[in-house]
Amino acid sequence: MSRKVTRRKFMAATAAGAALATFKFPSPAIAQAAPFKLGLLTIKTGPLAQGGIQMEQGVVTFLKEKNYTFAGRKVDFISADTGGNPAGTKTKAQELIERDKVDAILGPLAAFELLAISDYVAQHKTPMLSLAGADDMTQRKPNPYFLRPSACSSQAMHPMADFAAKELKLKKIVTISEDFAFGYEQMGGFQQTFEENGGKIVNKIWPPLVTPDYTPFVAQIADCDGVCQGFAGSNPLRFMKTYAAAGLKYPVVTGETGGDDALMRAFGDEALGMYSCCPYTLDLATDSNKRFIAAMQKDYKVDPGFYAAGLYVAAAVVAAGLEKAKGKSDDKEAFVKALRAVDLEDTPRGPIKFDHLGNVIGDFYVRRVEKVNGKLANKTVKTYHNVSQFWTYDETKFLAQPVYSRNYPPLKS
Amino acid sequence: MSARLIALGIAFATLVTVPYWMPGDYYINVASQILFYAIFALGLNVLVGYAGLVSLGHAGLFGIAAYATAYMLQTGYGHTAAIVVALIVGIASMAVYAVLSLRSTGIGFIMITLALGEILWGLAYRWISLTGGDNGISVRTRPEPFGFSLASPNTFYYTTLIIFLLSVAAMAVLVRSPFGASLMGTRDQPRRMNALGYHVWMIRFYACLVSGLLTAVSGILFVYYTQFISPQTLALTSSAEVLLMVISGGAGTLLGPIVGATLVVVVKTVVSGFIERWNFLLGAVFVAIVILMPEGLVPGSARLWRLAWRKLNAPAKTAATEGEP
Repeated sequence: MSRKVTRRKFMAATAAGAALATFKFPSPAIAQAAPFKLGLLTIKTGPLAQGGIQMEQGVVTFLKEKNYTFAGRKVDFISADTGGNPAGTKTKAQELIERDKVDAILGPLAAFELLAISDYVAQHKTPMLSLAGADDMTQRKPNPYFLRPSACSSQAMHPMADFAAKELKLKKIVTISEDFAFGYEQMGGFQQTFEENGGKIVNKIWPPLVTPDYTPFVAQIADCDGVCQGFAGSNPLRFMKTYAAAGLKYPVVTGETGGDDALMRAFGDEALGMYSCCPYTLDLATDSNKRFIAAMQKDYKVDPGFYAAGLYVAAAVVAAGLEKAKGKSDDKEAFVKALRAVDLEDTPRGPIKFDHLGNVIGDFYVRRVEKVNGKLANKTVKTYHNVSQFWTYDETKFLAQPVYSRNYPPLKS
Repeated sequence: MSARLIALGIAFATLVTVPYWMPGDYYINVASQILFYAIFALGLNVLVGYAGLVSLGHAGLFGIAAYATAYMLQTGYGHTAAIVVALIVGIASMAVYAVLSLRSTGIGFIMITLALGEILWGLAYRWISLTGGDNGISVRTRPEPFGFSLASPNTFYYTTLIIFLLSVAAMAVLVRSPFGASLMGTRDQPRRMNALGYHVWMIRFYACLVSGLLTAVSGILFVYYTQFISPQTLALTSSAEVLLMVISGGAGTLLGPIVGATLVVVVKTVVSGFIERWNFLLGAVFVAIVILMPEGLVPGSARLWRLAWRKLNAPAKTAATEGEP
């Protein structure tokens, strides 16, 4: 699937280029013809591989649609497996930047991978577009070469909390999420907005990332009228099964990973009625989304979810940015500027643009799980337009408060 | 003996000239990784190979030295202070490890070190005010000893190489020293050593400290190399990985851990770029090693080599003896 440039080819191309340069051939035409190198850092082995493989499928779908050509330049796509650990991610980032000399990096998947390479990538001035949550990457510790066209961890939870308080009229909620940064940031965002709208978080439960059985955690859910879960990967499936088996009937709200469209075929009836807020939804009726879904169905026989859509959109942003930079990616500063100025009307997730920190401003969809023709599907019930990472808050004030964590905002007694 | 000297000379020359014949910065960085993982494996080998004590918690020590460096730098101390403190913290934690785990040997020792490693991992994960939790700590700069910046792949490689050669030399001296002999004595015949008047516990304790020192050194090199540390580095898989380096290369030999580190790092970083199922390949290689040369790559190859040599020379020798009157 991936197109690799072998060293021999690269040497041949370099030699040819050098020869041509010496003979003073019209050089602009040659510069235009140099391929654009697009690197992808993803996880193809280990527990996070399911999302990682979808990421690659999303990119490849977009490249095929564009016939591997961005702004008149051929695209060389190089995919690397990080193995899902920070040291491996660093090595693979070095491979992409130092050996393959890529013009832009897509990925990585997980926040801890992103944080491990952020400084390094900035030093080498390589634009990077990731869907990893890590709020601070576009908030308190921004990287000028970073863009996030998906959403930061807490971004979808602000509108979800708004919806839960105003439309679902929930008053007392128990949050439950994995015990790591992505979970803290999701639940923190939910708590802040929910409590501002008159609700109250009565308990926060943090099961470890690898939990064989959720029963003891589900047993702690009580004295509430709703539950907010922030699970990722395949954990939402197991949590919802345990939740239903315990006989709990409180309405459940969740974020982009907890109610991902790609999970729908694995969920059973226990997920019916669950609300989720996501920057991408399968039922968005735009041209590009229909094209995208059809292509994914054709090549991989799956419904795309958040991961595939996130990377499809990221690749689209790179293509649009290169177009804006008139096909030139050598001046990295100008290229990043062009990328951040990208303003797309029609993507599978709706219109997007970027704020000055590189985070997306786009539409977020609150969906409800329903049964359509005997199959579970997310149906959009409300769209929040142009949601930024700061929600309705003032940017300076928001950045003055600490990043959402296990203990922030604190539980009110 | 001279053949060995020539081989060592060639190996040394190859290592020194790596930046000149490697096709790019990326491969020089891979070479640096091999070297500091080799130091780590050498450190573990002191226990696994020479003392007969298998530890499954060494990633915790490796990580604690790395965290100490990163934390000191983050609080604003200089590189020298950070490195010194990291070495002290590394050795001190090893001492605590040793005091707790040397109460037993064999499976008991494995389980206690495993538990201690997991405790350190848990602390790194949960003590968020100190370690940054999942988000880890970034190290912004590499040190500049005597105005010699380690920021480039070449300079970092040479620094790592010097430390690596020092570690190998130190290990060679240690193994040949009376202490090395008594350590191997405690491995093979602890009761007899005890009867001979050796303080078995103390010998093992010192061996642990040596192991802790090398592990801390490699941990510091690691954190300067990746310029980032997060709890994943301390996980059980890292401990298992370095143990595999030692066992696959050949425990209780000087070169074994180095060969093992090379094998694991090359498969993990370089080969994984070409083969998607690289874990499978690594597994298959280990199975092959266990079946064909259970003592490890280095002693195993030496054995096969001797066998082949004898087979080749055997007919000639018998002919010669028959020819004698």
